[in-house]
Amino acid sequence: MKKLNGIKLNHRKNTENSATVDFPLPSRVKIPMWMNMGAPCQPLVKVGDEVKVGQKIGDTDAPFSVPVHSGVSGKVTAVSDYRTVGGALCKAVEIETDGLQTVSDDVKPPVITDKDSFIKAVRESGSCGLGGAGFPTHIKLNPKTPIDTLVINAAECEPYITADYREMIECPDDVIGGIRLVKEQLGIKSCKLAVEANKPEAIKCFEKMTEEDDSIEIITLPSSYPQGAEKVIIYNSTGRVVMEGQLPADTGVIVLNVSTAAFLYRYIQTGMPLVTRRLTVDGNAVGEPKNVRAVIGTSFREIMEFCKTDIDSVIKLIGGGPMMGMSIPDMDMPVVKTSNALLAIKTYDDRKTSSCIRCGRCVRVCPMGLMPADIDRAYKIKNIDELKQLKVMLCMNCGSCTYVCPANRKLAETNQLAKSIIPRN
Amino acid sequence: MKKLIVSPSPHDENYIKTSTIMLNVIIALLPALAVGCYIFGMRALLLTAVCVTSCVVFEFCCRKLMKRDNTIGDLSAVVTGVILAMNLPVTLPFWMAVVGSFVAIVIVKQLFGGIGQNFANPAITARIVLMLSFPTAMTNWVVPFFYKDGIDAVTGPTPLVSGDASYMDLFLGKVGGCLGETCALALLIGGLYLAARRIISLAAPVGFIGALALLSFIAGDDPLYAILSGGVFLGAFFMATDYATTPITTKGKIVFGLGCGIITFIIRHFGSYPEGVSFSILLMNVLTPYIEQVTRTKIFGAKEDKQQ
Repeated sequence: MKKLNGIKLNHRKNTENSATVDFPLPSRVKIPMWMNMGAPCQPLVKVGDEVKVGQKIGDTDAPFSVPVHSGVSGKVTAVSDYRTVGGALCKAVEIETDGLQTVSDDVKPPVITDKDSFIKAVRESGSCGLGGAGFPTHIKLNPKTPIDTLVINAAECEPYITADYREMIECPDDVIGGIRLVKEQLGIKSCKLAVEANKPEAIKCFEKMTEEDDSIEIITLPSSYPQGAEKVIIYNSTGRVVMEGQLPADTGVIVLNVSTAAFLYRYIQTGMPLVTRRLTVDGNAVGEPKNVRAVIGTSFREIMEFCKTDIDSVIKLIGGGPMMGMSIPDMDMPVVKTSNALLAIKTYDDRKTSSCIRCGRCVRVCPMGLMPADIDRAYKIKNIDELKQLKVMLCMNCGSCTYVCPANRKLAETNQLAKSIIPRN
Repeated sequence: MKKLIVSPSPHDENYIKTSTIMLNVIIALLPALAVGCYIFGMRALLLTAVCVTSCVVFEFCCRKLMKRDNTIGDLSAVVTGVILAMNLPVTLPFWMAVVGSFVAIVIVKQLFGGIGQNFANPAITARIVLMLSFPTAMTNWVVPFFYKDGIDAVTGPTPLVSGDASYMDLFLGKVGGCLGETCALALLIGGLYLAARRIISLAAPVGFIGALALLSFIAGDDPLYAILSGGVFLGAFFMATDYATTPITTKGKIVFGLGCGIITFIIRHFGSYPEGVSFSILLMNVLTPYIEQVTRTKIFGAKEDKQQ
């Protein structure tokens, strides 16, 4: 079997032994109506409305979408325009909390009778991929092609982040419960729980838990970035290749993030939708790196203060890991469903970009076998045929090429720009 | 509102710079340079200093004249200077070395756009230009350790012409030749250092030396003598591994190395020139874009395009 390229990163999993701490209830939250892939939601509440914990506050008719719920009880103070980290515009509901955390009557375990009711319940849970990409879970769990393997993505290959790891260590029963739930409801025969080798505790724990169960196999993956990228983890855990233009489901595989699986299990038990999330707070400006469980809508600034961060020294905020996370432009932006980490950085080395010396490091590290140096050249002269031949559309923006470039060329960024000039047919 | 830096991912890097790579190449060249100074005397060091200084000055002036960023900080001009010096006989007049530096930096490198953009190896091209322009001065080989006897330079043939040096003398460099090419051991140490630091791939050197040895063996020549004499090790480890002028993929590097070995053998065996390393590398430099076309990487999960 061909081995895919990968890079060794300094893991810096400083928080791997930090048990999750509950963030105290904030005085107000700002919940965006668009936190995942798919269509944005429309607010279902207006200024002055009383809301309760678990109450649905945003939804839409678009099928490729996920509803939004409130994680606090209190009063709606504003429905404002909000620009997401990605730059898109949507609405956000601002709620002043009353501190009572009254739970809504709607929060009750869903009744599951068949696959359709399960998929419907998954949508109502507000669940999307918690690993960071935010793909709607109910779409993922309802493919058109038959599925024989469920891959649980517990690689967590980005530096710093330990949110998924803490989920596995703190809630192993929920993880296994989630796996069994999805397997049963979708009639999937086998499951592969794929964990990177740098999490021996989790591997040992799950191996013990699944001793009697042959249908769940624990796979130890080498600690190499980007091990958790969908196509990479499918190939490394099942040997299947997701071809250009295909979805994982076309090869009979569904990949689910480990925290998403655990959340689904808890939702089916309690009926409490996705209103809180665990995120790793780290970075060199953070005094006390922690894993924090925060209500969705809590501002990043409050979370940084909670972790003893020297706010004035922060010059860069990253939502997610250092390799694929997004720069956060404003400290007052809220925690969203896909926030798996918050990195506050106080040093930024803005190195100058110089000419490509054709050292070939980018070619050597690309997990997809692309040639970023050649793509860079082709993009410069806007040679669309060449870009198509170089298969730039297969780039998943893992950032490995930029990471290793001695000339500090922004190759991953160029790949994204190159994708945008290729006409879609 | 406090302003934060917003930039696209990744937000981390591994801090290897172009200058780090070039510095490592210079380190790798030091053993061979030291041996050259030991065998051919301190003039070797002086000649190297002239080459390095003139290369850096030409690079600086060129960039200034072209109103481009100053690039002497990336140390690539220093590398070119050292490699050029190692390709020259120790007795070469200094002004000729400056001419060589001009050819390497101005004509071959900067006129084509500077670092990474040149299609031919600057040092090799400069050596060939000097060879064709000043054939006598460029083939004035002195005997090793001539300076110890307190006499003026005594010239002798290179082992490539005479064919009578012992393997051990060839391996340790106690033979006539260019100042940096004689000691195979020192060059091997430098090459392996670069390979260990993952700065070069051994694909091209192995292909080069392997092809030359095999063909020499088939043709009835002494394969060990063939690879140890002349500039094979210097060419294979330091010039056939140049980033800008050789293919980027491993497959391409192997093809490049094999091609160098084959051409070197043909020139040495059938041609009237005793040495073919420089020409073989230059000819393969020219072929590099075509080699690249047919040795691209295999893309994971890509469908074959129908129109191709």
